[in-house]
Amino acid sequence: MASHATTAPEVHGHPALQHHFENMEQQREAGTLGMWVFLVTEIMFFGGMFLAYTLYRSLYPAAFASASNHLDITLGAVNTGVLILSSFTMAMAVYFTQVGKHRPQVLCLILTLVLGLTFLGIKAKEYSDKYHDHLIPGRLIPGNPFNPAVAEHGDTDPHKLHLIGDATVEKVQMFYWIYFAMTGMHALHMIIGAGLLTYLIIFSLKRRFDPEYHSPVEVIGLYWHFVDIVWIFLFPLLYLLGRHLEHG
Amino acid sequence: MKPIESFEVPPPPKVNYINAKYGLKSWLLTKDHKRIALLYLGSITFFFFIGGIYALMIRLELLTPQGDFLQSTTYNKVFTQHGIIMIFFFLIPSIPATLGNFLIPMMIGAKDLAFPRINLLSWYIYLLGGIITIYALLAGGVDTGWTFYTPFSTTFSNSYVVATGLGIFINGFSSILTGLNFIVTIHTMRAPGMTWMRMPLFLWSHYATSLIMILGTPVIAITILLLAFERVARVGIFDPALGGDPVLFQHLFWFYSHPAVYIMILPSMGVISELIANFSRKNIFGYSFVAFSSIAIAVFGFLVWGHHLFVTSQSVYAGMIFSFLSFAVAIPSAIKVFNWTATLYKSSISYDTPMLYALGFIGLFTIGGMTGLFLASLAIDVHLSDTYFVVAHFHYIMVGGALMGYLGGLHYWWPKISGRMYPEGWGRFSALVIFVGFNLTFLPQFVAGYLGMPRRYHAYPPEFQVFNVLSSAGASILGFGMLIPAIYFVWSMRYGCQAEPNPWHLPGLEWRTSSPPPTENFEVTPVVTWDAYEFAPREETEVVGKFRPELERI
Amino acid sequence: MSEHIVPVRVYITIFAVLLVGTALTVWAAFQDFPWQLNTIVAMTIAITKATFVVLYFMHVRYSARLIWVILTAALFWMGIMFALTFSDYWTRGWIKVGY
Repeated sequence: MASHATTAPEVHGHPALQHHFENMEQQREAGTLGMWVFLVTEIMFFGGMFLAYTLYRSLYPAAFASASNHLDITLGAVNTGVLILSSFTMAMAVYFTQVGKHRPQVLCLILTLVLGLTFLGIKAKEYSDKYHDHLIPGRLIPGNPFNPAVAEHGDTDPHKLHLIGDATVEKVQMFYWIYFAMTGMHALHMIIGAGLLTYLIIFSLKRRFDPEYHSPVEVIGLYWHFVDIVWIFLFPLLYLLGRHLEHG
Repeated sequence: MKPIESFEVPPPPKVNYINAKYGLKSWLLTKDHKRIALLYLGSITFFFFIGGIYALMIRLELLTPQGDFLQSTTYNKVFTQHGIIMIFFFLIPSIPATLGNFLIPMMIGAKDLAFPRINLLSWYIYLLGGIITIYALLAGGVDTGWTFYTPFSTTFSNSYVVATGLGIFINGFSSILTGLNFIVTIHTMRAPGMTWMRMPLFLWSHYATSLIMILGTPVIAITILLLAFERVARVGIFDPALGGDPVLFQHLFWFYSHPAVYIMILPSMGVISELIANFSRKNIFGYSFVAFSSIAIAVFGFLVWGHHLFVTSQSVYAGMIFSFLSFAVAIPSAIKVFNWTATLYKSSISYDTPMLYALGFIGLFTIGGMTGLFLASLAIDVHLSDTYFVVAHFHYIMVGGALMGYLGGLHYWWPKISGRMYPEGWGRFSALVIFVGFNLTFLPQFVAGYLGMPRRYHAYPPEFQVFNVLSSAGASILGFGMLIPAIYFVWSMRYGCQAEPNPWHLPGLEWRTSSPPPTENFEVTPVVTWDAYEFAPREETEVVGKFRPELERI
Repeated sequence: MSEHIVPVRVYITIFAVLLVGTALTVWAAFQDFPWQLNTIVAMTIAITKATFVVLYFMHVRYSARLIWVILTAALFWMGIMFALTFSDYWTRGWIKVGY
């Protein structure tokens, strides 16, 4: 970690070396460590919502199962696949930067961005479905309060809420605020990630990154993978918890 | 090995960080951690005065048992806002953002923090949060108590909860970025030879503080968002009528807010370690114990939040666990107090202003800490919860502890920061006035609380009046005492004596550069081969008890 | 440069594992396992997938020990938050406060 003391303050190898660092390696280490510390804050941030989820699911299991079954599992699974693929393309973008292959690097970054936007598009479709089924909780949208149609026994209409066990509409609303809070916060992080990727693409086109200096690509990659991991947990917890209780 | 004598005092440079560049833009767009520290110093002092005005209004109201100065709803807003401003906009950033920002790179021999632009961003975020909160205060204020308990804050309060919450939420990012910067800097930018165990204890306590900032602040962030979400959407997250649990809010809130009090006290303890060792001219007793107890406080501090929920529907079994852990968290703090006291024993103490604050800290923090143990006992807490005993307890720690450390540190490092000496006589005088005023304000509150006076009430039964009158009298003395340093610090920037690079003759790295330092801190990156508090052999130090004449001039 | 470059075939393998894991968890969701096993299976698969992303996509397998100390600490802290909060909720019914 400690490097030799420099006597001349202006010894710089790489144009991207900041004045307060001794060399590129120290700068890279600091950047990576900084992003990991930031991810720790994100873990604790989402952790608070996971705590609320765990508590209310343990209190109202039947309501949560009923509510979860109403979510579109196909869209959810497709989104999971899209995000995993985007994590792969992001990792490949870092790889290509490390080996100095400029064109594939830019291509992978663009692919990652496109996949991220696809995820957001599918999410928007899901949210609009919820809006039409009156499943937006509370008075979040004035004029469209939480008021889903409850399916009678034998009614198989997929737009209606099918209640299991002792579930009530009120407790189902509890699931839906958690759903919107968690996926909404996740989507917000994806939007920020999309912005960061745009910055990376622009600067990659300007050939700003090379095998010596590509800390931003690596570090934004870490952020992107983190957002993917959050979804890896959200998908089973929100979409899959009650499927084994579905009948037909 | 004579680290001080072998170091040559460089001639005072013409250019230092203050006069290196002129103009508002050079300050507002600076990347220099020292300038950012001064930017913080100004804004934090501003918020301190606002919080102080609210305190004045509280003490004026409580002079008489009737609620005659303020209406009850106004009084609710006053104590709420006093708490919010003092905690989020003064205490939490105070030492880390001013002294920490200024000194950490210098103490580890670096040119700046790891991320200078993020440092500047953290100040702007602090300002943005502050402006939004002030807007909320001016628009009508918030009356929920700084604790924002549900369901009052989510459903029944008619005040600016969301706006204030937004201000606090944004301010939290400032805290997170500061902590992130410190952690990365201390891990990756120490000068050659500066091992962990050679770091000044100021750095250890700031590292521990940064750990808490990183791990705790995000939880209050999500809590405030959920609070705002419920208030706006009426979904029932914390509303029992809709299936929610109000105690969940308290769990989430206190998961951060208890460690937050350690954010407020740990940096101050770091300052005290510096003051005690340096003004008694002796290596700190038990360096590694003090260093590791900082980390222990940070870790244990996260395990005790349930002691704020003893009188809620929290289970008694959980209460017992939290009670036991709350006793355990006192141990590392006690270790520090014992080590400081052992350092003082048979040492060469000089009673300069910073040392007076440090000695005051040791006594007052001990009282504050021990009264915390009363509150950690389940049975006693049932009686003392929500009384003035609690108020006195935390003010002993926050004011008698954290604020004393802040003032002591400001005085100690003032020559380094400004290049000027403050007037020593006035310094000692105001330290004494503050000490007397502080104790007169808060000691009677222990008694009043123990006898049953509830907190957050603007009117109270007449039998408590004598305590409240004493307390308000003390508050005016305390307020007067704190105005004096505000005046002479500003005065000294123009008229104070020029300070030498090492006016206190100490071995720390920050004293081996000029006062004020140049922008890049050191002409040459130092190579460290000495321990944090190595002093010259005993024969060469001053006689015990003799004040240094050159500092006597006012 | 002390940076480790992960070979492409590792990335491809991990990607395939993640897709298989997703399919597996969807399939398992529809099977009615006894007791709480559905949740346990789902969480195990999710944790495994996350671990692979962390170790290989995020390079923790090849990183300095400090990084995985930090990561472990964060997970441990989230664990503290869960454990002590649930020490309240799960023991509330144990003592009957007489009213």
